[in-house]
Amino acid sequence: MSALVTTWAAVVALVGATVHPGDGPALEGATVVIDGERVTAVGVGLTPPAGATVIDVQGKVITPGLIDAWTGLGAAEIWGVPESVDLDAGGDDPVRAAFRVVDALNPRSPTLAIQRAHGVTAVVSAPGGGLIAGQAAAIDLNGRVLRPSVAMAARFGGGEHASRGEALLRLRELLDDTRTYAAKKRDFEGARLRRLAASRLDLEALLPVVRGELPLAVDVHRAADIEALLRFASEQQVKLIVVGGTEAWLVADALAAAKVPVVLDPSANLPGDFDRIHARADAAAKLAAAGVPIALSTFSTHNVRKLRQWAGNAVRAGLPHADALRAVTTTPATLAGLTDRGRVAPGQVADLVVWSGDPFELSTRAEQVWISGAQAPEGHRQRALFERYRTVPPPY
Amino acid sequence: MRFAWLLALALAGCGGTQTQTSKARTPVPLEPPVAVEPGALVPTTLDPPPILITNATLLTADPARPRLERGWLRLRDGRIEALGEGDAPAAAEGEQVVDAAGGFVTPGLIDTHSHLGVYPQPGTWAHADGNEMTRPITAGVRAEEAFWPQDPGIQRAVAGGVTTIQALPGSGNLMGGRGVVLKLHPRRSARAMRFPGAKDGLKMACGENPKRVYGKGKGQMPMSRMGSLFLMREQWIAARRYARDWAEWEKNPTKKEDGEDVPVTPPKRDLTLETLAAALAGDVLVHIHCYRADEMLLQLKVAEEFGFRIRSFHHAVEAYKIRDVLAAKDVAVSTWADWWGFKVEAYDGIEQNLALITEQGGRGILHTDSPEGIQRMNQEAAKAFYAGQHAGVKLTELQALRWITAEPAWALGIDDQTGTLEVGKMADVVVWDRHPFSIYASARKVFVDGILRHDADAPQPPWSDFEVGQ
Repeated sequence: MSALVTTWAAVVALVGATVHPGDGPALEGATVVIDGERVTAVGVGLTPPAGATVIDVQGKVITPGLIDAWTGLGAAEIWGVPESVDLDAGGDDPVRAAFRVVDALNPRSPTLAIQRAHGVTAVVSAPGGGLIAGQAAAIDLNGRVLRPSVAMAARFGGGEHASRGEALLRLRELLDDTRTYAAKKRDFEGARLRRLAASRLDLEALLPVVRGELPLAVDVHRAADIEALLRFASEQQVKLIVVGGTEAWLVADALAAAKVPVVLDPSANLPGDFDRIHARADAAAKLAAAGVPIALSTFSTHNVRKLRQWAGNAVRAGLPHADALRAVTTTPATLAGLTDRGRVAPGQVADLVVWSGDPFELSTRAEQVWISGAQAPEGHRQRALFERYRTVPPPY
Repeated sequence: MRFAWLLALALAGCGGTQTQTSKARTPVPLEPPVAVEPGALVPTTLDPPPILITNATLLTADPARPRLERGWLRLRDGRIEALGEGDAPAAAEGEQVVDAAGGFVTPGLIDTHSHLGVYPQPGTWAHADGNEMTRPITAGVRAEEAFWPQDPGIQRAVAGGVTTIQALPGSGNLMGGRGVVLKLHPRRSARAMRFPGAKDGLKMACGENPKRVYGKGKGQMPMSRMGSLFLMREQWIAARRYARDWAEWEKNPTKKEDGEDVPVTPPKRDLTLETLAAALAGDVLVHIHCYRADEMLLQLKVAEEFGFRIRSFHHAVEAYKIRDVLAAKDVAVSTWADWWGFKVEAYDGIEQNLALITEQGGRGILHTDSPEGIQRMNQEAAKAFYAGQHAGVKLTELQALRWITAEPAWALGIDDQTGTLEVGKMADVVVWDRHPFSIYASARKVFVDGILRHDADAPQPPWSDFEVGQ
């Protein structure tokens, strides 16, 4: 609850663990030195600095804190209580580019610590609904906003009433008009411009998208739709992230060539709808093998803690372990523009986890979760309920 | 009891031996009777080959001998013929040897709560047939008659080691209909998948769903939990009367009129009450979707009032709060490892629910309610197991394995047939490449009734026509 305030021990040295830095080979019996909120040294045979608090973590495994690249965490308390869910800007207008999840976040939500206990240290919290849902934020699981706007969320695919072709038309119109707006702001303000496809606030919010600064993260599944978006992104010169991407493996080479990353759910092997007929369990492995940057996601709010289980399932389906670890640490950090997170390396923020073993194995525990150089409390609401009912209450 | 009426109908229908000497008119049943367990239209024959599985650790789920190192297992005619530890017997002539290569063998997994077939893939209105939400009481509808056997999810569940499911109606209604226990064979109809001899389930639901669908959605009863209980009680009252009327008619299908035996018109058949009467008699097993502890206590009270048995609560994320009561009453709990928070009644879910129930001596069951979850029941059980262990709850691997094998078999009333590796039981067997509680474990071979239905080393073409030629 009071996790927004962080206090640091002077210098801490975690000694003796196998360290998976996130983007390189593992270091056996290594030492990680944390000074303030950052890692200052990682290596084998390092002598902890004088005065450092030494924590023996021999036999343990250290990885970067896990990052889920696409969740609704922090803006949804209970799905069945609409007034506690703030992920959808609502309204009739399908364009909600100006809407920012960050403005609806509840950093004190008990949902956060429940995920943190399983080694998740940061997430992207993304909006949903409409054609352009709004802007996703990156937060750490102490509830601190890391970046208020990391991507513009959109959706493209089969809908109940309108053709997906119409959606693409609207997107194109929207980005064209954003450019018009950028070039003729003064005319727009003076009402000397034809009517544009979105409101002033939305156009303003789309400026970083057309400038290629803010990625357009599109929830899209059908291979043909992904191909259409690749053409669209190239024509519009926008940075694309494929979110969901159930059939992305079918167009892996094109994605790799365009350097377009995919955020996917490795459990999604069912033909859940007519956009996902070609779903398969080894999609992550196929994409990674083709050179597509991938991030694995639970796409969850309340069970983001399953991220390590999901990573393990990707491995079970053929994704190399190191690739899976990267897909829940380094790559999602990169996608969210968290340049100093997602790795255990000097200069990086000390978001890391000390595990009792292989982080993906079900018998493994996250023994210590470090966020910004401080060990996060283990407790959370479910833990408190467990303790409260550890002994059976008197008959009632 | 129901068989008794049918017998009575049949006897009466053909003149009955006891009335041979009289000139009784033949009483004509007003509606054709439906057998409790309809057989397949076309009888399905299985011809399982003899199999010898060797070189495996057997995790039997049988407390008498839970773990056999260097184990072997012999399958004959769809049954487990023998199993043992140490040197495997020599293969008999014609016997196929399956070398488990140091892997693990468990009983086939059983999911008490599946909507495979009734909410099939792809999820579309066209074949979403799991909830008859036109009135809150539809106890007489049958999941069997909603089940699409071409659901692509079925084969994927088998690949996860699942051999038996209970396909259930959804929870939109208070009394949503009959669930059906199915063996996961590729078949052209649900009827041909029926688990031989298994009783149907009655799917009931309390809490938020019915009051959301009816009160909130349609402005009709139930709008509240008290409305739900009222409607349920009304039905149980009617069901008891219905059962009594039939019992009376069974006893006296004829009456004396002018010294002659005259047939008595049987009570009018009512499909809803027929199912509920069968539930009262224990011929249909009652499974209640219920999250909150206080609501489960209410349902237990209603069951006491009307004299029926609740076989299991489903979802029951607050079962840990009343685990003493549930254990004492021997009511099973089917729940998830970690689902929570999607609605208010699921807000107090904890990861140790199953562990605490089991520690108390209750019957814990890991169910999935999900076409994704059913593919990794072993992982879900493992999560719940380690969540308990890490929190210091006393628990054994055997108990956790029983969450997905023997205990669901008990809840479905099929524990004398499947759910453990024991001689004489159905040859529902999974060969895993490593311990099933490892995240990396996969089912290499899955036998249903002794027939190899999933072979990771020789992938089969899709079972579902839907997936052909896409």
